[in-house]
Amino acid sequence: MSTIVILPDQTTATLPKVSYLNKEYGLKSWLLTGDHKRIAVLYMISITFFFFIGGAMAGLIRLELLTPPSDLLAADTYNKVFTAHGIIMVFLFLVPSVPATIGNFLIPIMVGAKDLAFPKINLLSWYLYVVAGIMILCVLSFGGVDTGWTFTTPLSTHYLNTHVVAAGLAVFVAGFSSIFTGLNFIVTIHRMRAPGMTWFRLPLFVWSHYAASILMVLGTPVLAITLVLVVLERTIGIGVFDPTKGGDPLLFQHLFWFYSHPAVYIMILPGMGVISEVISTFSRKRVFGYTAVAFSSVAIAVFGFFVWAHHMFVMGISSYSALVFSLLTMLVAVPSAIKIFNWSATLYKGSITFETPMLYAFGFLGLFTIGGLTGVFLGSMGMDIHLTETYFIVAHFHFVMVGGMLMAYLSGVHFWWPKITGRMYPEGVSKLAAVITFVGFILTFFPQFLLGYLGMPRRYAAYPPEFQVLNVFSSAGASVLGVGYLLPLLYLTWSLKYGKIAGPNPWQATGLEWQIQSPPLTENFVETPIVTHEAYDYEWLESKKGSEVPTVG
Amino acid sequence: MDSHTVAAQTAEAAHTEHEHPAFLRHHFASVEQQRETATFGMWLFLLTEIMFFGGLFCAYLIFRNWYYPAFVDGSHSLHIWAGTLNTTLLIVSSFTMAMGVHASETRMRKALVGWCIATIILGCGFLCVKAYEWHDEWVEHHVPGLNFSPEGFMKVNPDYPADKPLQLDMAEKTQVYFSLYFAMTGMHALHMIIGVSLLTILTIRAWGGAYTSGHVAPVENFGLYWHFVDIVWIFLFPLLYLISRHQ
Repeated sequence: MSTIVILPDQTTATLPKVSYLNKEYGLKSWLLTGDHKRIAVLYMISITFFFFIGGAMAGLIRLELLTPPSDLLAADTYNKVFTAHGIIMVFLFLVPSVPATIGNFLIPIMVGAKDLAFPKINLLSWYLYVVAGIMILCVLSFGGVDTGWTFTTPLSTHYLNTHVVAAGLAVFVAGFSSIFTGLNFIVTIHRMRAPGMTWFRLPLFVWSHYAASILMVLGTPVLAITLVLVVLERTIGIGVFDPTKGGDPLLFQHLFWFYSHPAVYIMILPGMGVISEVISTFSRKRVFGYTAVAFSSVAIAVFGFFVWAHHMFVMGISSYSALVFSLLTMLVAVPSAIKIFNWSATLYKGSITFETPMLYAFGFLGLFTIGGLTGVFLGSMGMDIHLTETYFIVAHFHFVMVGGMLMAYLSGVHFWWPKITGRMYPEGVSKLAAVITFVGFILTFFPQFLLGYLGMPRRYAAYPPEFQVLNVFSSAGASVLGVGYLLPLLYLTWSLKYGKIAGPNPWQATGLEWQIQSPPLTENFVETPIVTHEAYDYEWLESKKGSEVPTVG
Repeated sequence: MDSHTVAAQTAEAAHTEHEHPAFLRHHFASVEQQRETATFGMWLFLLTEIMFFGGLFCAYLIFRNWYYPAFVDGSHSLHIWAGTLNTTLLIVSSFTMAMGVHASETRMRKALVGWCIATIILGCGFLCVKAYEWHDEWVEHHVPGLNFSPEGFMKVNPDYPADKPLQLDMAEKTQVYFSLYFAMTGMHALHMIIGVSLLTILTIRAWGGAYTSGHVAPVENFGLYWHFVDIVWIFLFPLLYLISRHQ
């Protein structure tokens, strides 16, 4: 298998003497840092922690569903476990996953700036995340919450005796963490670009983060006020969502999904940015239709705000508005398809190599396409009425969120690992992990499409015995998937000390981040870069290398 | 003066021009870039605030259409004089804040501190009037969930003798009006409290001369926030107090 990895001679190579990692030492220098790279590392550690907690919850769910009766977990415990899984994975892992870690690390470097526009707000965003995380952990240790991650009224306001208020406030706080990240990105991309870095020279990673940030900034406040109303309704009993007082539970659904549908694009768009970078680098070609891919990100962000009611087709909205929302939902498939086709066209006649990030990216392409297309099934009303609240939905959004976003996240983590740490991950075992993840994923979630189509409802601890075979497949797949996620945790930690020294540009990639040392200096660039070339210009890279004098010794 | 000293002096002048003021953060190229960036960030934050209040305004719009008579009667039970007084207080406070920004730009330290203190007093005055109104609504049993009673709306309001008393089912819907009233004015008051607290810190720093040597951005951006909170009230006042005045 061909490869493009160019590592310095390991017998003589050294890590740079000064980098963001060793400029200052001590816990305080990390906890009070303004450096976007250190904050990204802090975020990476915290979201990994919550990912494995959420993953453990998923493991419990799959273990319970191994057998038809509710035997391992009682029904109410099961409710708490899937709620914890949902809240942790959505608000504490998927929303901050790529933007707050890889995006935080790279966006200033990619636009040629020394830092994000507001370093202190960036740090505040991490602290808010930590506070939200601790609140969720407290909720879990004091007995949990069982509303589902959607906090649906009147269930959450009237009928449950669990820690809804604390969980709602935790999500409120996590929301502000996300707002501040998005705000920082938008201002940085507008105001901090280096000379010559025009909008259409920006890497597509930056474009997709820009689009996701618009959604964070405009959508999240609506979730915040909705949760405030839920909390007020539960604590003092105001009547905005309470039908006995004249309120309307459907209004809660509208407000909640006005954020939570765009939220799925907050989760997927940054992942799409990673895929653009990875596919271009490992096929040595400029992304086909750069402008189309850039604008399709923005189009997804805009259309994403006008499709929320497709979550409510069976909840009593009028059939005319269902019709309109169904049509608009189909419309979102267009920019998503533009991306998939453009990435495929980038691969066409490229010099493709199969490093780990590329394997994950291929996983993304296939799984996201399946997830996206089943989304079109669900967007059409007739199908939706049959499939809603079944395992088909569960499979659909796991294909997009786990098969799409998590694959993209892992792809990005491997791709930029040499830049973040200065060391390579072990290539052989990481390829194995990528394949295991893919196989485990298909085994876990494909049977769920069938289960859902056959009519198995979601969110129940027990099910009729005829569904058991497919559920056993799914649970078996989950254990394979678990191995696939534990492996990177182990070998990436191992590589921090024992990985090969990567050098500034192991992939021979064109981005500004690859033209500086790994790990970078605290101020990123020795002097402000002046950008004279387009993104993904491999000829520029060749000519740059041609004029370099190779140093000896 | 020979040409050498002139050259040396010019070089020195150029060098002092390059000297950065203490408030310039290391990652900005110039003071203008820093100021523009901060202002842009503030406008964007205000956009998120619009979306935050937007959810409430949307709910108000829907329920006003559904429960029109209840919303008219609920609105009639508020004190227009209190709302008008508060509107005046806030508009004047916006003026004093704008004068504070001007004082910061023209580098007049004492004037800046004076205008800030005036703004704080006006803001606190607003909160006092609001607290009085809330207390009044508590006494009248208008607080949803805690002590709400629809009885007051089933009688003729002496201030609006032309109103017909509401039937029980519609009278109960005034609870939705008051739910929104308390959520909206409560969220607005929370923003006022945050504003007054921030302004207090700002005033203490301004006393030390932090914002009268060219570093205008914090005062300017706080001013934007303060005006925004005012504008929210400018929408709340007609929607809650005035809209049903002649019905």
